[in-house]
Amino acid sequence: MQKNRKTRISINKGLKIFAISVMVIMLLLPFIALLPWAFSKSWYFPDLIPEHFSLRGWRAVLAPRSRLIEGLINSTLIAGVVAFVSTVIGLFTGRALGVHKFRGKRAIELLLLAPVIFPTIAVAMGIQVTFIRLGLANTLPGVMLVHLVPTIPYVSLVMGGVFANYDVQFEDQARVLGSGPFRTLFRITVPMVKSGLIVAGLFAFILSWSEFMLTQLIGGGSVITLPLLLFTFVRSDIQMAATLAIIYLIPAIAVLGLTARYMTEESSAVGGISVV
Amino acid sequence: MRNISRASTAFRWLQIKSRKLSEGARVAFLLTPALSLIIILFVGGIVLAIMQSVGYLPMIGKTDFSLDAYRNILLDHRFRMSLGLSLYISFVSTAISTVLAIACGLLIRSVIRGKRSLAFIFQLNLSVPHIVGAVAILLLLSQSGLLSRAAYSLGLISVPSDFPVLTGDYWSLGVIAQYVWKEVPFIGIVVLAVLTGPTKDFEAAARSLGASPWQTFRKVTLPILTPAVLATSIIVFAFTFGYFEVPFILGRRFPEVLPVLAYRAFTNPDLGLRSEALALNVVLVFVVTNLIIAYRFVIHKYIR
Repeated sequence: MQKNRKTRISINKGLKIFAISVMVIMLLLPFIALLPWAFSKSWYFPDLIPEHFSLRGWRAVLAPRSRLIEGLINSTLIAGVVAFVSTVIGLFTGRALGVHKFRGKRAIELLLLAPVIFPTIAVAMGIQVTFIRLGLANTLPGVMLVHLVPTIPYVSLVMGGVFANYDVQFEDQARVLGSGPFRTLFRITVPMVKSGLIVAGLFAFILSWSEFMLTQLIGGGSVITLPLLLFTFVRSDIQMAATLAIIYLIPAIAVLGLTARYMTEESSAVGGISVV
Repeated sequence: MRNISRASTAFRWLQIKSRKLSEGARVAFLLTPALSLIIILFVGGIVLAIMQSVGYLPMIGKTDFSLDAYRNILLDHRFRMSLGLSLYISFVSTAISTVLAIACGLLIRSVIRGKRSLAFIFQLNLSVPHIVGAVAILLLLSQSGLLSRAAYSLGLISVPSDFPVLTGDYWSLGVIAQYVWKEVPFIGIVVLAVLTGPTKDFEAAARSLGASPWQTFRKVTLPILTPAVLATSIIVFAFTFGYFEVPFILGRRFPEVLPVLAYRAFTNPDLGLRSEALALNVVLVFVVTNLIIAYRFVIHKYIR
């Protein structure tokens, strides 16, 4: 009897280890398929490992003709500005949703979250003509403006959650002690919600960094970002595509590492939503 | 004396009143940036899409109301095939992702040693852009991809064409694989967050009352998970239904999913197709709206 139970437990344990291995392999396999392409000279079927390692992909991507530098600068600039503006907006919205009670709150929350669930492509195609007429199409500010549509729901959600656990009385104390509104904002409010602001900003950065359709339609081919380059490379040169994919991945992985520092286990669900 | 107390009551009342007023103004001030941007850009974008789909196209000199675009797409068999394909891909991807996410969540929770690093690996692809995922899946599943090479070295196939077609294929397996790969962690994080709550105590109670592991899962764990997981699955369905990049890279040439069909019509040099492109988008919005209505109905009727 005792022995029987022991074997059953060890079978269960074996099954669990097997299941975990399968899960980890499935999660990592696409990355493993991607990596060798960026470091091989030529990788013909049926070689499992490339015969000759080379940096051809990197040289091709870094050549001025590939417009990588332009894409990198645009992507970073757009995502940086979008992240900053979204975070400031999130500070406002989060405070309204987290601290105050007011009529119609539920409806406003739903409206703010709507861009998460409705297709971006409809917004992009609907607004394009108007952006052309206003002179915003094919410009960096125009692209930054439309990128706020997918980021606002997430920063509002993250900051709303942060402000729900926020104690306004600290501000009252500062005001009683003679601190002005701006001083209170920068000395009390911002430091207290700092980690929330960082998480919101990082996720807004990643959302903007990953955005393709809005840039494609509003940027009209004049604003080249990394995903647009990646799209052309997939069709023309798989080695360059794989290399660019790795460059494109670095900030995404870095952001994950950074947010892990600022997120507790419960709030990670909120962060997880950001890249569907 | 009485006068003083009355005055002070009035004063307090006024104070409350003025604070209330200023709170309303404050909320309005705080919400203005986000709301105005969402209303102008998002609601405005959808409204403009609807207007252009019913013939309001001043840029090509057309401003007359007409439902021609809708008649054209509804009569076109390509549209019906695309709608079917889009619904199929979203449904299958969401169903598989949800089941696997619950399984992975339970599995990760049961781990004791190395839980943190396992959770980190699990979340690794959350921030990976979809396009990178699509390129990686292409290099993994195509006929000269990594799996095909592995099959060769195991002696299962001798030429690339022996390997099953998994990208651009009839069943859109490549697209579904990418969505499942990306969305299992997305739903799984929600599962893990719910499971770390007091769920464990309820399960222990059920077990001590003699429930089998399966009964405990069916009657305790699953009902606790359902509301949050259902909401997340709805987001996944809606997202995959309106997404362009992944089916564009990994999908079939014909029929194409609705967003790809809409993109082709929109970027066609023939501006006469604009209304149809926008009508396709309105169909996307319409389906997602109905999905939300159905979701709210289910929530009210069966869960709350």
